[in-house]
Amino acid sequence: MPFIPHTEQDVTEMLAAIGAPDIESLFEEIPAELRVRSLAGVPEGLNEQQVMQLMYARARQDGQPLNFIGAGAYEHHIPAAVWAIVARGEFYSAYTPYQAEASQGTLQTIYEYQSMITALTGLQVANASLYDGATAVAEACLMAVRANRRSSAARVLMPRTVHPHYRAVTRAATGGQGLKLEELAYVRSSGQTASEALASSEGQDVTALVIQQPNFFGVLEDVDALTDWAHARGALVIAVVNPTSLAVLKPPGSWGQRGADIVVGDGQPLGCPLSSGGPYFGFMATRMDYVRQMPGRIVGRTVDLDGRPGFALTLQAREQHIRRGKATSNICTNQGLLMIAGTIYCAMMGAAGLERVARTCMARTAELVSALSRLPGVRPAFGTARFHEAVLLFDRPVAPLLEALAAQGIEGGFDLGVHYPELGHALLVCATEARSSADVAAYAQKLSELLKEARVA
Amino acid sequence: MSNIPADLKYARSHEWVRAQADGTVEVGISDHAQQALGDLVFVEVPEVGRALQPGDACAVVESVKAASDVYSPVAGTVIAVNEGLAKAPELINQDPYGAGWIMRLKLSGPLAAAELLGPEAYAAVAEAG
Amino acid sequence: MSLPMCERLIFDCGRAGRGARGQWPAAEANVPDIPASLRRVRPPALPEVSELDAVRHYTRLSQLNFSIDTHFYPLGSCTMKYNPRACNAAAMLPEFLGRHPLATGAHSQGFLACMHELQEMLMEVTGMRGVALTPMAGAHGEFAGVAMIRAYHRARGDLGRVEIIVPTAAHGTNPATASMCGCVAREIGVGPDGDVDLAALRAAVGPRTAGIMLTNPSTLGIFERGIAEVARIVHEAGGLLYYDGANLNAILGKVRPGDMGFDVMHMNLHKTFSTPHGGGGPGAGAVGVGPRLLPFMPLPVVAREGAGEAARYRWLGEADLPQSIGRLTGFNGNAGVLLRAYVYMRMLGREGMSRVGDFATLNSNYLLARLQQAGYVAAYPQRRASHEFILTLKALAQQQGVTAMDVAKRLLDYGFHAPTTYFPLLVPECLLIEPTETESKETLDAFVVAMATILSEAASEPETLRTAPHRMPVRRLDDVRAARELDLAHRPVTA
Repeated sequence: MPFIPHTEQDVTEMLAAIGAPDIESLFEEIPAELRVRSLAGVPEGLNEQQVMQLMYARARQDGQPLNFIGAGAYEHHIPAAVWAIVARGEFYSAYTPYQAEASQGTLQTIYEYQSMITALTGLQVANASLYDGATAVAEACLMAVRANRRSSAARVLMPRTVHPHYRAVTRAATGGQGLKLEELAYVRSSGQTASEALASSEGQDVTALVIQQPNFFGVLEDVDALTDWAHARGALVIAVVNPTSLAVLKPPGSWGQRGADIVVGDGQPLGCPLSSGGPYFGFMATRMDYVRQMPGRIVGRTVDLDGRPGFALTLQAREQHIRRGKATSNICTNQGLLMIAGTIYCAMMGAAGLERVARTCMARTAELVSALSRLPGVRPAFGTARFHEAVLLFDRPVAPLLEALAAQGIEGGFDLGVHYPELGHALLVCATEARSSADVAAYAQKLSELLKEARVA
Repeated sequence: MSNIPADLKYARSHEWVRAQADGTVEVGISDHAQQALGDLVFVEVPEVGRALQPGDACAVVESVKAASDVYSPVAGTVIAVNEGLAKAPELINQDPYGAGWIMRLKLSGPLAAAELLGPEAYAAVAEAG
Repeated sequence: MSLPMCERLIFDCGRAGRGARGQWPAAEANVPDIPASLRRVRPPALPEVSELDAVRHYTRLSQLNFSIDTHFYPLGSCTMKYNPRACNAAAMLPEFLGRHPLATGAHSQGFLACMHELQEMLMEVTGMRGVALTPMAGAHGEFAGVAMIRAYHRARGDLGRVEIIVPTAAHGTNPATASMCGCVAREIGVGPDGDVDLAALRAAVGPRTAGIMLTNPSTLGIFERGIAEVARIVHEAGGLLYYDGANLNAILGKVRPGDMGFDVMHMNLHKTFSTPHGGGGPGAGAVGVGPRLLPFMPLPVVAREGAGEAARYRWLGEADLPQSIGRLTGFNGNAGVLLRAYVYMRMLGREGMSRVGDFATLNSNYLLARLQQAGYVAAYPQRRASHEFILTLKALAQQQGVTAMDVAKRLLDYGFHAPTTYFPLLVPECLLIEPTETESKETLDAFVVAMATILSEAASEPETLRTAPHRMPVRRLDDVRAARELDLAHRPVTA
């Protein structure tokens, strides 16, 4: 039996110690009529060689296309050392660090991670990570309701320039608690949140305003003006940011006069492979004033009985295992391994390396936009400054083009038709530092051929 | 054995009430309660001006192993809170009936009308756990 | 013990101007301008270290940890079984790592086939009619389950059902989840033998009952014998039954939640199906549903169209499941974790799957018998232990002044991770012990020897226990100072 070490003699001796005639008798308290007859739907077991052959075959089916999709998950170079360390058994197979004395490795890494997130975001405290960027936005909205004592409306303004999946997750996660989410329109020509959209909330009780920077279109929002607008009306500001961009963009702690109040985002760009959507990690940072309203684990530095420095989980009275029904959240994990990957990635890249990555992404995306926009029937949707993504408008439906590109080994971008039908035939494209100028040229060449073929047909 | 001053009134949920000469009341948590919680690490006090009904959760006392709501023992409006607790939550451990007071209320009715326990009755509650 | 004793912070390694330059992309000439008002002025205070600095630092930190690969973890309710390396190797194949979650169908069929088969296998072992894989942890699965229960009642116009009944011994996530879903938790007690108090249950159910959350075997490590009656009472009152999969390992291949009458459940794939705990995550909390809740499953779920060679797989979305409780994750949940669980289940197969419960229960009962012989007291001696059991150290605490925490900390000195302590809350001074099926008799015997030694130390040198551990990188940490003088980041930013 795989992974069960018992010999027949072991079983005999163990049953004798228990005083039971056979293993079956250990289940005497389960009513007979409830017992399983068979598990016919589960296939016969495979040994490691067989299962790996199966998985190689499945992996080959998916291939390794040239990827130009971003939309919340970004392909970056990951130093080989990152996953060599993360996969060490001492990290990989460790438990949650409740026994601090036997978990200093995980705990110190979390403390270093918290420090790096505060450095990137410009806020004072960070938690040990949440599930992903989308759930972090949802948790931030719930947290804002707890933290903003001046507001009783539980009303959060959510621009349509925020990732549509993040908005959907926030709706699903907060509906049960009666939170009201109001969507804000964007300016069709710039792709930025419209100031007229804010005007309709004048004079009303607003709990928080969410601002994504760069926004889902890759466009840079006027974060200073939005932040100051919200603060002037007693609302908190929830910043949703891409961590790579923070190497070159103003940190949320410096937005406007007072800075954002809660900062969240998906940490995936920091050392986590695309991996079909997860596991990634969500990060969250806030002002010290709101630390007790923050969900998730937090590690603090303290001393042991001998006065030596050490690390421990702290502020646990906020959490479900103590506070039960009144906890800040039901969350009781973080995305430990991914957070470790992010920490090692940031340590290795440093501020200078991360800036190099961010600038290369910007350059490559500019190159991509310019190459594709030269094709007939393709043009950029917005002329606004952007980070490493862009919306392109086509003169024909995008989905058939994406399928034809996929057949030639290119994943050409994310079709915005479902979420933004008003844009027409719109495609969100991204080129990170993982794409070369030759990759960009190959994409432009293939797309050019497809567009010509379609015209001839 | 915990200290239960004879000149105070108590709630079953372990708050004490002290009548002041000016008709207002001072509220805190009992010595028994602070012992059960252990070393306090944080106290959240209500906002001045807040109107409270008996049983309203109005403050939180937090130790390493527990966080408990403090319930208003009477009906009234908060007129002052103990700002010192923000920096020194241990005041409640050290002096629960003095420097560790939590808030002062202006009563919205006569104190005698509130359902409070005398020291003997509260001692029995504390004894029972 | 040869553990390194202390490692400085990464911020104190390296020096200004140093970097792992082999990792940096080449400098680009044509970078678009960022408007001045949106630009970062000062670079973030990240470490400046060489690649070797970073590798050595984090390798050393890893060595300060206990882990399954290095130590036995008898952690009740956590199912710390061996994490097979093949599961990791398969999930880390470059095609799977490089696959974008929004890739077209052309580059998705291999991955989706694995996910669909995983759904099918999980349905089979739980007796559920549908499975959604996206919740990213047990608590996240609980949220999905309770949200589905609410959606079900609402769809029937039954708006008053807002109470979720939980036993007092329940995991803290249960009441926390109820609150997150806008419900209120109503606690009921257990009888002296550990089973749910049926009279209290009958008194608690009514037109406000949305459902009940139970795990079986319960958190007391014993099988809820009255489960069929519990199901009848709750169903007759109009409520639904939620199965908390924390203890599924005990009954894998023996009895299925669906057959016990549960309408919805989550599975902790990082427990029962052996994906790594990773020092606190990532987990995976797939949810299973009975027929009544099928329309409410979270998005997306994988569907198969056609069969055999012609089979095509795709994600079902809002158009396919219009009554869904919605999307719970940015993309499709912790896909890499799901791949690991898939490989584990394929390796165990039908036969292996039905042996997990057998050997988990054998190990647990053996360890309980040996520890009782060594002088420890079982909390429920009249009951058969499931895959885990509870010892109560109340007498030890009263007589020697040695607590469950002291025993747990002393175990670290002997090279064993501590069992779960002080949970469930209703047993005083308890240790909740779960050995799992992957541990050998020799490991269990060595654990018994350590526990017996600790018991004799409690009599001869109790102070050694009260100040344990003595052989770890640090001794007991000052939790009060940690919470009063919050030091949560190196060089905290003053905004």
